[in-house]
Amino acid sequence: MTEIWSGFVRAIELIISLDPEVMEIAGKSLMISVTSTLLASLICLPLASLIHFNRFVGKRLLINFIQTLYSLPTVVVGLFVFVFFSRAGPLGGLDIMFTPTLMVIGQVFLILPILLGLIISALGGVDRPLIDTAFSLGASSFQAAVIILREARYAVVAAIIMGFSRAISEVGLAIMVGGNIKGFTRVLTTAISLETSKGELELSIALGIILLAIALIVNLALNRLQQR
Amino acid sequence: MSLIEIKNLCHRYSGQEVLKNIDMELKKGELLALIGPTGAGKTTLLRLIGLLETPTSGRIYFDGIDVTASGRVRLEIRRRLAFVLQKPVVFNLSVYDNIACGLRWRGQRRGDIKEKVSRILEVIGLSATGNRNARTLSGGEAQRVAIARAIIVEPQILLLDEPTANLDPISVAKIEELISIISRQYKTTIVMATHDMSQGQRLADRIGVLVDGSMVQVGDSRQVFSFPRNRQVAEFVGIGNIIDGVIAASKAGVVTINSGGTVIEAISDYGVGEAVSACIRPEDIILSLSKTKSSARNSFTGQVKEVVLAGSLARVEIDCGLRLVALVTKKSADELKLKSGHRVCASFKASGVHVIKRN
Ligand SMILES: Nc1ncnc2c1ncn2[C@@H]1O[C@H](COP(=O)(O)OP(=O)(O)OP(=O)(O)O)[C@@H](O)[C@H]1O
Ligand SMILES: [Mg+2]
Repeated sequence: MTEIWSGFVRAIELIISLDPEVMEIAGKSLMISVTSTLLASLICLPLASLIHFNRFVGKRLLINFIQTLYSLPTVVVGLFVFVFFSRAGPLGGLDIMFTPTLMVIGQVFLILPILLGLIISALGGVDRPLIDTAFSLGASSFQAAVIILREARYAVVAAIIMGFSRAISEVGLAIMVGGNIKGFTRVLTTAISLETSKGELELSIALGIILLAIALIVNLALNRLQQR
Repeated sequence: MSLIEIKNLCHRYSGQEVLKNIDMELKKGELLALIGPTGAGKTTLLRLIGLLETPTSGRIYFDGIDVTASGRVRLEIRRRLAFVLQKPVVFNLSVYDNIACGLRWRGQRRGDIKEKVSRILEVIGLSATGNRNARTLSGGEAQRVAIARAIIVEPQILLLDEPTANLDPISVAKIEELISIISRQYKTTIVMATHDMSQGQRLADRIGVLVDGSMVQVGDSRQVFSFPRNRQVAEFVGIGNIIDGVIAASKAGVVTINSGGTVIEAISDYGVGEAVSACIRPEDIILSLSKTKSSARNSFTGQVKEVVLAGSLARVEIDCGLRLVALVTKKSADELKLKSGHRVCASFKASGVHVIKRN
């Protein structure tokens, strides 16, 4: 119990003193996860609209499949990315194994299903008459998709928050394709896991608090955005 | 050439036939009112014209262009029309943004948009609400916004689905005035579905009657309201007295219709033996206390069954072998001391009877 308490105090110290190592790790985490969430959103917003607004055979099945992938274990994504990008893999030539770039790519794949699925359901929550209204006032398909996404902005932002949360909190993928290299691919989750195994609980707790604080700030920021 | 031409249009919803072989033409600047009982297919027809739906079969031409063919043409045509849906819904945006969206989608300049929106906000009397979220508007205000955002794009064709449903009489009058301005001044072609027949009569150049998915009659309001083509139309436009019978005799354009022993004279070309319905508008029946020597060919004495006052008019139901409904002014009802049980004479001219064939 005293260990936790002293860990807590030390954590506050580390944060207030803006400890360079801690800040570097937190910054890296934030950068990788924000980038992957942005990229995944850029892919998912149009893709979800395309799936939602078009009628095609197997649509229901596709959506069920996407929803099944919500529970894709991070290590499985890690495994696939590893196989594809390792030296001997088909994309080994890119030579991006154990780099932040590959961590971003991995996270994009990881959160793609949940982002896509949740945005599709967000669009499904918009009343049909609103879509008719957009078309009846001369919107092109693209313009209609934009206004309907705006209409669903609360649920869309919630989906993006979910995606970001999954990205910043995962550890399996980050270790497998990032390698937890100090000063290069070390992020909050991998650092916590390492420091804990070394018995450095104070540092772990400090990093854990920062992780939560980042999640909170991103949440608040996105919620602000959503009010507009 | 007509602006809109509809040929043999059919539409089904999950196997159920909703529109059957609709043929219709609309000239530029014309205002057509679609009337018909609920479920007749008015909204469906408007949705097809508005290109929100593709017909099961048949063709729609705009300026001679077949729009049932899909692709780019449809967007271009859609931008030349605007459609106010039956249930007005507003986007969860400000009133200003709601009204501006059609202009933005057409790529108009920011400054022009601002000017047009403020002008129209004034017209609909909602200038003070421009920055409010449109979801906070009352039903009638939202309806006005829905109309404003449609007419602001200055469409060639305006489709209105019951634009004054659920509004108070003053708002109805305002919106009717707006519609008539758009029609008269801007020469916009308008198709308007309405439940309110008198509204159709007031505003429309022509009236189309839809019953069970068929366009039963298209004509000016006099034709539709005084000379309904069949029994369904007659019932729907509220002819009041529809008496079934068989033509017993015909001479020089005047026929005698036998309805269960009672004989009515009317002007008609139908031959002897034809099963017909005689339609008499309640306001064409004259009531008096005793048989008068008038030019009216039909005159029946009977008992007053019921007198119902409606404003300055009295609706009188009489049993004289036939059951007749007459509409007289309250003043003459008072003068005649009409009361149920009293005897009264009902008369109407042979020319006041519209004869339609039964099938
Ligand atoms: N999307 C749909 N799916 C299935 N049936 C539909 C659909 N839309 C309309 N219908 C049916 O088509 C018929 C015609 O409907 P429509 O809305 O065109 O009638 P309407 O004349 O506009 O009626 P109202 O005066 O009540 O508005 C109705 O029987 C309705 O139930
Ligand atoms: Mg309708």
